[in-house]
Amino acid sequence: MTPHKTVRKEENMALDLVKEKWSNAVAVVTIGALKDEGGTRSSVVRCGGEEGLPFLFAEGKTPHRPVIAMEVLDVEPDDWPQSLTSAIGPAIKNPVEWAVKCEKDYKADLICLRLSGAHPDAQNRPAEQLIKVVKDILQATTIPLILIGCGEDKRDNEILPLCSQAAKGERLLIGETVQANYKTLTASALADGHNIIAQSPIDINIAKQLNILISDMSMSIERIVINPTVGALGYGLEYAYSIMERARLAALSGDKMLGMPFICFVGYEAWRAKEAKASETEFPTWGKQLERGIAWEALTATTFLQAGADILVMRHPKAVELVRKHIDELMKE
Amino acid sequence: MFIIGELINGMYKDIGKAIQTKDKSIIQNKALEQIKAGADALDVNCGPASKDPINDIQWLVNTIQEVTDKPLSIDSSRTQVIESGLKVIKNKAIINSVTADQEKLDILIPLALKYNARLIGLTISKKGIPQNKDQRLELAAMIVASAQEKGFPVEDLFLDPIVMPVNVAQSQMKDILESLREFKIISDPAPMTVVGLSNVSQGTCQRGLINKTFMIMAVGYGLDGAILDPLDKDLMDGAITSDLILNKHIYCDSYLDAYRKK
Repeated sequence: MTPHKTVRKEENMALDLVKEKWSNAVAVVTIGALKDEGGTRSSVVRCGGEEGLPFLFAEGKTPHRPVIAMEVLDVEPDDWPQSLTSAIGPAIKNPVEWAVKCEKDYKADLICLRLSGAHPDAQNRPAEQLIKVVKDILQATTIPLILIGCGEDKRDNEILPLCSQAAKGERLLIGETVQANYKTLTASALADGHNIIAQSPIDINIAKQLNILISDMSMSIERIVINPTVGALGYGLEYAYSIMERARLAALSGDKMLGMPFICFVGYEAWRAKEAKASETEFPTWGKQLERGIAWEALTATTFLQAGADILVMRHPKAVELVRKHIDELMKE
Repeated sequence: MFIIGELINGMYKDIGKAIQTKDKSIIQNKALEQIKAGADALDVNCGPASKDPINDIQWLVNTIQEVTDKPLSIDSSRTQVIESGLKVIKNKAIINSVTADQEKLDILIPLALKYNARLIGLTISKKGIPQNKDQRLELAAMIVASAQEKGFPVEDLFLDPIVMPVNVAQSQMKDILESLREFKIISDPAPMTVVGLSNVSQGTCQRGLINKTFMIMAVGYGLDGAILDPLDKDLMDGAITSDLILNKHIYCDSYLDAYRKK
């Protein structure tokens, strides 16, 4: 049986647009906990809940608008182009000041703290220092926090449970789990009341499988966010888009194991693109590097909004501003 | 595939006895067992032994509704029994079934409209069982036309081509399969298709294999639903995998479990 019906309506010979009727909505994930909920945030972020395709409000409600998280690293980034670091200024050397700036000056909806300095090939920072950064940022900011490890499974399995415990009750969004490594972090998130990110390598089958594996550990689907992995403009954007679109169509048609909100790390992807970071002396015909980089990040972000992104993790304040305005426009019915 | 579990039928000994002694737990367990195995709806039939089907069908419906809100298919050849069941139903309803006889269509289609029920139309009439594809199509078209005339949504209509046992009507099997494809192009939106599956293997000594093979072939011809035994795991795995091959749900390593938990 087809999971949804196509409804056609004819009036006075004029043919209305065909509207899809969907049978399932995306789960709503709540990030951040208020004081009376056991946390210390002054606001929470709810994402997901879509009852139809992005911004097609006639087909279904979009109860929560897409949100923007700004990325903060626990150590000064060593591979970000100057056009990006100079936009943030001296605060880039201090994750707490950086996070405060994201909240106060750039009006981010969430902070996304990436513990890059924990990587064994980088500074391999001791756990106590990492925990302190997490705690200090929570203390200095009032918006919800996303916490990302360094990407090295063994090290993440050691440090993330400790950070999770230190932030118990704050209802973080914590990540990332992958198919080959999800148990440790899922157990921690369960115990400490956090949400979790399930990452799959632009692969819808693995995305679904990982969600099943995580929910088999008694994690409810209202606490899972899918990171489908994306590519920047010119670097696999269309492919990532098609995977997200297919997953969202399946979710709306009833597949609960794909029916979670999406998080897209567009800043990370866009600023890796040559077009975003190559200098003007290298490519004089490409125009100003600063404008290119901002445009690359903003365009990558707005594209994934159309594929169903619920949380955009971004880097450049100007790109954030542009995308926020764009979301304002899209959300007008 | 829209799976209608067939096991709550008075012709089965345990169910017949439960109806007689009004033993709710046997019925409710059978309902839940079928749902757990992946049934989307449950067929409810008092069976030939019931002395009071008008009351028995109500007892069955109420008993099942206590434990699930899945759609129930009220199965009887008697209109009064169907209406009696519909009167107490709170879940979504399916009427099983109406034949391609005008006087029956004139009663059962309005009844389906009144109770917001879906309807199974059998391509069979007083004249008997159709002997080929053309006769099936003619009866199907009559049912669809009647539904359209009465304002019944065709997408809520299931057409059943009447599956014959393979050892009785082997020469008709291909016609039955091809009928399914033709039913789908009778109208737009298209009607749904359904079969009472176990009939195909009646009297054979390879029941499971024949049921499963026929069903998978029928899915390829456009079968949307089947009334079958969902506790036959092999059969259900075949149904789920058929849908997978037709891109109706998304593959993952645990797709069989994922489908059953949906």
